[in-house]
Amino acid sequence: MASRAQRMPKSLRIASSLFVLLWFFLAAFPFFWTVWGSFKVELDFFSIADWTNALTGARTEAVYGSPFTTTGYEGAWIQEEFWRNVLNTGIVCFFVVTISLTIGTLGGYALSRSTYNYTFWLLITALIFRAMPPIALVSGYLLPFFEWNIWGILPTTIIVLVAINQPFTLWMLHSFFKNIPSELDESAKVDGCNQFQAFRRVIIPVMWPGVITTGLFSFLLAYNDFAVGAMLLSESNRTMVPAIAAFLGTTQTEGNVMFAVAAVVSATVPLFILVMFFQRQIVGGLTAGAVKG
Amino acid sequence: MRHKTFLWFFLPTGLAMLLFIAMPIVSIVTQSIFAPHPAVLLEVESCTPLIGCTTETTIDQEATAALREAQPLGRFVGLGIYFDRGHLAIQEISQMWASNETWDGFFSELGNLPFYRAMAFTLTFTFIVTPLTILLGLVIALAVNSLHRHLKGLMIFFSLLPMIVTPLIGSLILFWMIDSRGVIGNALVYMAGDPNFSLKASTGLMWVALMVYGVWSSAPFAFVVFYAGLQTLPQDQIEAAQIDGATRWQQVKFVVVPHLMPLVTFVALIQLMDNFKVLEPIIGFSAGAHAQSLSTFILNDMSGETRQLSSAAATSVMTIIGVAILLSPVLVRTWRDFKGAR
Repeated sequence: MASRAQRMPKSLRIASSLFVLLWFFLAAFPFFWTVWGSFKVELDFFSIADWTNALTGARTEAVYGSPFTTTGYEGAWIQEEFWRNVLNTGIVCFFVVTISLTIGTLGGYALSRSTYNYTFWLLITALIFRAMPPIALVSGYLLPFFEWNIWGILPTTIIVLVAINQPFTLWMLHSFFKNIPSELDESAKVDGCNQFQAFRRVIIPVMWPGVITTGLFSFLLAYNDFAVGAMLLSESNRTMVPAIAAFLGTTQTEGNVMFAVAAVVSATVPLFILVMFFQRQIVGGLTAGAVKG
Repeated sequence: MRHKTFLWFFLPTGLAMLLFIAMPIVSIVTQSIFAPHPAVLLEVESCTPLIGCTTETTIDQEATAALREAQPLGRFVGLGIYFDRGHLAIQEISQMWASNETWDGFFSELGNLPFYRAMAFTLTFTFIVTPLTILLGLVIALAVNSLHRHLKGLMIFFSLLPMIVTPLIGSLILFWMIDSRGVIGNALVYMAGDPNFSLKASTGLMWVALMVYGVWSSAPFAFVVFYAGLQTLPQDQIEAAQIDGATRWQQVKFVVVPHLMPLVTFVALIQLMDNFKVLEPIIGFSAGAHAQSLSTFILNDMSGETRQLSSAAATSVMTIIGVAILLSPVLVRTWRDFKGAR
């Protein structure tokens, strides 16, 4: 496809390939390194004597008779009961995605179909809300939540995450619904549907690609949240990320850093799988906002 | 769509945002101008024969409870919390101003005030990481775009990882590597030629490490957006530039970059907003001793034994004002576009 004039000179092509290789290394290496190291003992993962120990697992072999050990994972999942946190994250993510998509599609659809000025103001307000640091909002929640005695439980966190998620969901679904021609639901209304019936019978069947993309980002927000979970959940209800943060305080004193390493790797795996299967939707979602802006 | 129908469609999401975003903002503003009631103290003189009289100070539980009941918000202090030593420190600043002849002395003393230290780090982080992210993202996009078709997908997959991964987890992964016993830390010790060399000991190096993390984790976002922009690059303009004798560098400068300019604005806006909120890397790097951001400042006030909610609320309000200032150019531009469109 490239004409001869557009073809790169050799030196530039080599430089560019080297740069890509360097970036590939920077982006991927830390993950592989940590996954590999999570099956070692601490003295190998953090080795003062010889860094190649982290690759060969010399100390691990001396202790367990094999260069790989799953003691880190056992410690994290069984001894520290990390599975509880995984379960909590699962519950939080499921409800956050379902609720925020349900109310977000209704709102986003309404914003895309109304022709009045207030839709502009609502979208601008949502943009401002999107910029609010969650931690600043959390400091506003604590006092009322203590007062009403709803601090520390999962439903509170779910509702808060849904609300924090709404501005982004609205923007994304708004621009998505804008691309569905309004003649579709107009004609349904001519045939005697009211607005809601038109939405249900005509729009819902064709909206899934946009909803899936938005859902992915809702999931990531709920999964990656630290500020809300750390401040609003009691210790027994913690989700994964705040639990890992809490691990750091307790395990480092007991010399069990490998528990934290194993927990970190465990928490990364679902994201890895997510990117593998939904790469196109994620890229599409990231650029959808950009095309609008 | 009629107003009433719109209302019903928008009600659930509107209510969620009103209750959990708008109301908390009101809540932090009120919390920041009220301080909790101090306990009512009672002095009791108890006299025992032979030993003598002692005065004991006890907390009058009933009176305290009654006072808290009467004014549940606490006592009104106005802007007092904003101006105290933990925040804007107006008094201390005026003293420093008076006692220091040179700017250097003034700034070094200013660095002792926790709020200004947090502010300094947050702003430095925001305004160094954002341009570097855009630059790196652009270079990666140009380089990946010239790759073979099959390699592109693979590169995008691995490039997404630093961005997708939970910020706290990503920063921990890097932190363990730059630990003086980790692989990068080991290499740095070797290069520095000093066996006691450690990133964690130096404030400057810790700042650099945090910023490296910032660029590493957000460059993929810039890359993906710019890469998508490159797919719609008008080929005829590139060809026209070539016919006019533009070098490769000139083509990038005069055709590619102007084409991507709206996307650069978009990425810059998102990155400014996100970098201003920087929180997780500082926690992941355990860098609290060297660097505080506005967000960690709030977090520290809220956690710990004594929850200083009023102090946290005051910092939150100032953070939100900071966000508003960052956003204002965009809002003004959108407003102009909106007026122009009508």
